[in-house]
Amino acid sequence: MGFWSFFFILVVLGLSVHWLATNKALKLNAKLEKGSKLPSLPSYYGTYSLLLIIFPTSSLFLLWLVGKPFILEYILLQNIPEQLSANFDGDPSMLIDSIKAVDLERVFPGTNPLIVESATYFKNLNNYSNSFAYFSILIVAFLSSYISLKKISTTFKARQAVEKSNINLLIFSSTIAIITTIGIVFSLIFEALRFFDEIPFFDFLFGLAWSPQTAIREGQVASQGAFGAIPIFSGTLLITLIAMSVAIPVGLLSAVYLSEYATPKIRQTFKPILEILAGVPTVVYGFFAAITVGPFFKDLANYSGFNIASESAIAAGGVMGIMIIPFISSLSDDVISAVPQSLRDGSYAMGATKSETVKKIILPSALPGIIGAILLAVSRAIGETMIVVMAAGIAANLTANPFESVTTVTVQIVTLLIGDQEFDSAKTLAAFALGITLFVATLFLNLLALRIVSKYRERYE
Amino acid sequence: MNNLKKIEYSLKKRKRQESRFKIYGLLGIATAVSFLCIILSSIFMEGKKAFLSTYIKLEVYFDPDIIYTSNDQKEEDIKFANFQKIIKNSLNSFFPEISDKGELRKLSNFISSSEEENLMKLVLKNKQLVGQKITLWLLASSKIDVINKNPDMELIAEEDRLISDLELNWLNEIRSANNIKSNFNKNFFVKADSTEPEQAGIWGSLVGSFFTLFVTLILSFPIAVAAGVFLEELAPKNKFTDFIEVNINNLAAVPSIIFGLLGLAIFLNVMHLPRSAPIVGGMVLALMTLPTIIIATRASLKAVPPSIREAAIGLGATKFQTVTHHVLPLSLPGILTGTIIGMSQALGESAPLLMIGMVAFIVDVPGSFLDSSTVLPVQIYLWKSTAARGFVELTAAGVMVLLSFLILMNGIAVFIRQKFEKKW
Repeated sequence: MGFWSFFFILVVLGLSVHWLATNKALKLNAKLEKGSKLPSLPSYYGTYSLLLIIFPTSSLFLLWLVGKPFILEYILLQNIPEQLSANFDGDPSMLIDSIKAVDLERVFPGTNPLIVESATYFKNLNNYSNSFAYFSILIVAFLSSYISLKKISTTFKARQAVEKSNINLLIFSSTIAIITTIGIVFSLIFEALRFFDEIPFFDFLFGLAWSPQTAIREGQVASQGAFGAIPIFSGTLLITLIAMSVAIPVGLLSAVYLSEYATPKIRQTFKPILEILAGVPTVVYGFFAAITVGPFFKDLANYSGFNIASESAIAAGGVMGIMIIPFISSLSDDVISAVPQSLRDGSYAMGATKSETVKKIILPSALPGIIGAILLAVSRAIGETMIVVMAAGIAANLTANPFESVTTVTVQIVTLLIGDQEFDSAKTLAAFALGITLFVATLFLNLLALRIVSKYRERYE
Repeated sequence: MNNLKKIEYSLKKRKRQESRFKIYGLLGIATAVSFLCIILSSIFMEGKKAFLSTYIKLEVYFDPDIIYTSNDQKEEDIKFANFQKIIKNSLNSFFPEISDKGELRKLSNFISSSEEENLMKLVLKNKQLVGQKITLWLLASSKIDVINKNPDMELIAEEDRLISDLELNWLNEIRSANNIKSNFNKNFFVKADSTEPEQAGIWGSLVGSFFTLFVTLILSFPIAVAAGVFLEELAPKNKFTDFIEVNINNLAAVPSIIFGLLGLAIFLNVMHLPRSAPIVGGMVLALMTLPTIIIATRASLKAVPPSIREAAIGLGATKFQTVTHHVLPLSLPGILTGTIIGMSQALGESAPLLMIGMVAFIVDVPGSFLDSSTVLPVQIYLWKSTAARGFVELTAAGVMVLLSFLILMNGIAVFIRQKFEKKW
């Protein structure tokens, strides 16, 4: 039985059971006297029987999808010809892989006939087991539709049952967020631990050299790659610093102007324009940084007698700063607007000018919120990928010179994982170690920022 | 008197400070706006060139001796005929003075290699062309195209220029014979990636983006709306729901590349889903988009006044009926707006897709959710990383296409908000 015929039968079954159940309930209701009718509306009985088909079949199907490879491989391993498994020295899983890799339509000449035989066996096994699984799922579906049709009576409250299962579905949907977080943490920790098996934790965290090469053959010169992450952290920090030195003044001044000086009309026009900056995809900023800003700084330096690479920290950082402006401006705008009017009025009553009020009253009282906004922006900057991948360098230089090329955590993750991936080398696993560092750092910054902002909100509410 | 003067003086100073501060604020806004203008205009200036490509007029002679290598004039012959030589001969007939083999090869590089296949198809369709001489506009190769579109490049010293002085002279000769024109670049809109800039197009990655976003939408929309409804309308206030909320807020701020690592470790390495496939990309982007749609759903549910709920409950509806029959339909415009904005973020996202292998060089337009494909922003990244000069314009044009889709989506979102959203 193919998948689509199975699916078709299931859909037809579901629709007809829904119709049958609704009709049965309607007929029953017509027979019953007023006051002793069915406890729920007839359509709920139909929905109930539909749900009773959907839930078991879909969960069985998912279970089959997950479990199938393991079951089939186990059966295959039991049935491999003696000769083949005896002659094959090495991991049995490699034997299974080579059996699976055989394309029966076009058998490679010179393939071991026993392997071809096993491959045929495996293919048949796959087909039969699929048919078997579909067939059993259909039997379950028929059984549950029979049960649900039997259940329709004056004592069965279908609405409550339907609503309960729907609410359970909603609860499950909202736990996806938790599942995702758990998935992130586990996938990062699991691979990172494998990395730290090979490279000591403190060598990674405090090492001064980063050159992730691994040996292609044994005894190669310089085969032992260096995995000291300090140059990467310092590069990330440098770029973030440059980005912040662009974004904080521009963003803060715009926020102050828009919330304190601008007429409503100006505010309505310029706020959305600033927000466009946040909507531009980061790959566009990256392209701008690499094609326009990088060469601009290079030409500028050449003109004044220096020689710098076109992939400089200042190009990537500066453009990242432009990207961050709207974060700072809109968050600080909210914070500044939340400062109570009474504080302003008090200041004006003392004869202070608007700028004095802003500098001496509003900004100090909004400071915690602004710091929260800046922390959020910093976490955004260190996690930003495309701009730095396209405009910052790959070589890990330990430097504080903004005109030199530096690398960041995200750039390294991308360069380590693009291309062929062998999941047993320290080189690829290092990306996960960097990933968990990034995750922990941004998580810390975010939680801290959210805490500061909510504490600040409470103060004025 | 003295005091008054002092006050007057300090007042003047303070007023000056006041206006200076105001100017600083204006400068802040002006800087941000001018950054935006610079970015957009520099991309537009570069990208608009890619929508035209250069064509060269040639007298093409379909030499029977070259096309039919066997005596019985089979169709197979046409398929494997040396059309490169036909193009070379046609160019040679325009420049009869060139006889050096190396120079001839350089000359034949004026025409895009894709024209060989086009000529082959033309002859296959129309066999009586063999032996005839017709005038055709043939697509120029990328370096000729770049030089033709950027006249200031001719002034660069020979060793830094794309083409040599000799080639430039030939180009000028073609120009003076009025045998060159710029026309609409159709390849850009119908083809997928290619190693030759003049043959590369955006269509393959657009289709990839479509497949990816489709998966994202059908996964994230129902789950996010369900989660939003539960948290806003039905959830009891307890530790568990608080924990869910903390998780959602945190996921909204996790760097996108982390989601890529999740997809690599779980979807590819544990679940063994195919690499580079839109279905995996869509799943990763769905996880990223969830918080955005959940937050939008909750905001628009909150905007529905409680009187609606009270009326429904007063008439005997259950809590679940109240939500599904009344509150949810009323908040649907807001939810859709949030969903479109989430989708437009997903459309521009590229970092997590690099992790799951959607950066492959793909020449074919993907046909299903399981085919290897790439997406619009990743195609931009790929073209930017390519060295050939012709790709710079293509990259900028790709950015323009991406931005116009984003503008379109956000425009639809604004339209829905203004047209359908109720103000209570």
